[in-house]
Amino acid sequence: MPKQIHLAAHFPGVNNTTVWTDPRSASQIDFGSFVHLAETAERGKFDFFFLAEGLRLREMKGRIHDLDVAGRPESLTVLSALSAVTTRLGLAATVNSTFNEPYEVARRLATVDHLSGGRAAWNVVTSWDAFTGENFRRGGYLDEADRYARAAEFLHTARELWDSWADGDLPADPAAGEFARPGAGAFAHHGAQFGIAGRFNAPRPPQGHPVIIQAGDSYEGREFAAADADVIFSRHGTLEDGRAFYKDVKGRLARYGRRPADLKIMPAVTYVLGDTEEDAAERAAEIRRAQVSPQNAIAFLEGYWGRDLSAYDPDGPLPDIDPDLGDGVSQGRAQFRGDRAETVRRWRELAGERGLSIRELVIEATARQTFVGTARSVADRIDEFVQTDAADGFVFVPHLTPGGLDDLVEHVVPLLQEKGVFRADYTGPTLRDHLGLRPPAAGSARSEREAS
Amino acid sequence: MTGLHLSVALNDAGWHPAAWRDPAARPGALFTAGYWTDLAAEAERGLLDFLTIEDSLGPQAPDDRADRVVGRLDAVLLAARLAPATSRIGLVPTAITTHTEPFHVSIGIASLDYASRGRAGLRPQVVGARLSDTAHFGRRTFPEFDKPWYSTPEGKTFSAELFAEAADFVEVVRRLWDSWEDDAEIRDAATGRFLDRDKLHYIDFQGAHFNVRGPSITPRPPQGQPLVTALAHDVVPYEFAARGADVVYVTPHSRADAVTIVAQVREAERTVGRVGEPLKVFADLVVFLDEAPGAASARKARLDDLDGAALTSDAEIFAGTPGDLADLLLDWRDAGLDGFRLRPGVLPSDLEGITRGLVPVLQGRGAFRTAYDAETLRGHLGLSRPANRYATA
Repeated sequence: MPKQIHLAAHFPGVNNTTVWTDPRSASQIDFGSFVHLAETAERGKFDFFFLAEGLRLREMKGRIHDLDVAGRPESLTVLSALSAVTTRLGLAATVNSTFNEPYEVARRLATVDHLSGGRAAWNVVTSWDAFTGENFRRGGYLDEADRYARAAEFLHTARELWDSWADGDLPADPAAGEFARPGAGAFAHHGAQFGIAGRFNAPRPPQGHPVIIQAGDSYEGREFAAADADVIFSRHGTLEDGRAFYKDVKGRLARYGRRPADLKIMPAVTYVLGDTEEDAAERAAEIRRAQVSPQNAIAFLEGYWGRDLSAYDPDGPLPDIDPDLGDGVSQGRAQFRGDRAETVRRWRELAGERGLSIRELVIEATARQTFVGTARSVADRIDEFVQTDAADGFVFVPHLTPGGLDDLVEHVVPLLQEKGVFRADYTGPTLRDHLGLRPPAAGSARSEREAS
Repeated sequence: MTGLHLSVALNDAGWHPAAWRDPAARPGALFTAGYWTDLAAEAERGLLDFLTIEDSLGPQAPDDRADRVVGRLDAVLLAARLAPATSRIGLVPTAITTHTEPFHVSIGIASLDYASRGRAGLRPQVVGARLSDTAHFGRRTFPEFDKPWYSTPEGKTFSAELFAEAADFVEVVRRLWDSWEDDAEIRDAATGRFLDRDKLHYIDFQGAHFNVRGPSITPRPPQGQPLVTALAHDVVPYEFAARGADVVYVTPHSRADAVTIVAQVREAERTVGRVGEPLKVFADLVVFLDEAPGAASARKARLDDLDGAALTSDAEIFAGTPGDLADLLLDWRDAGLDGFRLRPGVLPSDLEGITRGLVPVLQGRGAFRTAYDAETLRGHLGLSRPANRYATA
């Protein structure tokens, strides 16, 4: 049997690739929009539905950024509601490990796993910025270097909590008068980040542990994923980059006693379909233009220049002034970190060579359309990526809410099914089943307790 | 005659600690969606205003009682699971204010309001007697009390601090709900602006336990302000309710007691300078209901035997027929109560006793609705959609 493809649907909502000016663009907050995309994904037999998170509205030049879609719900609350209108689809939430506590997060994930019959997943992310911290009790206090240390210990602590109940700890036997086994839920964790002890009050989740997702591309992120994650997201949308990343990350697993199949690599991708290749390319260009409005082009450059560029014409040449490499003007967004001076130098070169305006440059520089073509050619490309080990599957990020995956499910998924590389139907009830993941070792913390 | 408001408090297998051993109980299903959606559907068939869901951040039974239910699902997420499965009934989960983030709770309840299309509420609760749960979080230490904390002066001071924190918590939650004006999303293609940033507001809350900047990441929920409800037994919590809640649950043990408590609630409203709608006062009652005279008491006695002690509760315990309960509710109502929150002794049987026994009796007496006439939880209670505190227009 050829290697099987895994598919996920990213609810587009809040980001700068969602085209809100399109007449088909509906609400990013009405529950009906979430239902639409989740039902589409389940009709397409996708592995899971994914929600991102952002715990503070983004700001530019000290003011709330007003050009992109904003306003989203609390992830786990929506996923719990969606578990009522789906039966097989995995439900993945991004939950921050900096502005939460392990007991509560482990319990909330266990709750969604119980209520959905084993379909919960957790994308573990970290924050370090005081900007987001201003919305929380603990504020932003975390050194960037400590981010992964806290995230890793947070996740290990959550696993200890899930393991604090063994599978047989809940006899609920009225005749014997025993509801739970004595000691069920007892835990004690004493580490550098957390010192907590007591009894966990959610029985072991149906999946044992919800599926763990990691989305970091740095050395620390890759190590974190190799040690602890079931799925890793990436941005490597070309075959070559994808294969290099795949090889690198899979190569790290053995050191942690894990097999290559234990970690699924799923790049985030976009797609555009057309009746012909030319038609698709034309549509892709239109979408790129719609994604980068004149105002957004200026705002995007301001993020890199670190200064007000509102006097510049988006259809004119790049600013001739040098970037201000101080604190920057953008907050709440990771992409403006890194070597801004180098980026600006590269763009000037590109714009000069090809005679690009500001807006054209931004369209060029931010192009992230991975698969553009007919349904047949897109299906072939998807399959090629997976069969040649550039990915195990993809997270599709549509540019329209909520109908942005309709044509993928209608036209591309059936072709993948015909090829025998994607499931014709779900074969098991849980997300672990869909992803082909082994169940976690049962209740190790529990066995230690019994042994002591 | 104004109709009564009726709600039901869902908790585990019921409010009797041995309820899970009753033949009608479904103890093996307590952590499944089906158990809770069946209960919510039953409550909605009875046209109840809303249901509440208990919660705690620690086990509800002592460690040495393996014969009691232990383990709970997160109440906000459980309420969200019930939202698409119901269409009219209000959903009011508990959130513990002592260990959680007001920002997360605010967006969680706002999201519940979206998922239920305007039927969300919140029941904020301080940790109260469960001080040991603080070790589950490890970020604050509480004093140790050798007696119940509410019986000593030091304990009362401590408790007042927890309620002050809870009041700040509710203030933050409510400001965040208002931090987006209703028309903040403009989608103005001509200027490229999705938002009118002048209609988004920093809340800039500063308090003893947390500072929160805002605005929310979630637009203003459908009800504007979801319903806030609080259980209260004393002056400090009455004042907490009077500051931040729409509904207060109280625990009178007689009609005369209800008269006294309602007067104390009104006094608390004056003390804190409450403006706008007065608190709706609901009395809590634990109920065991059977049509046959004596059957409910006998059933409760069997559970008492199994548990090894007679049931005790902060609320009055009623065991009898639906008709007798209707008499009691209508009598107490005249003490100035707006409604009742009934705590079924055993689920689902005593919930059915409410929906299939009590409700028809009250309807027959013209004291309870015969159909829902509003779409939202605030609507069920006759509360309008409030103006946004930040709107200037």
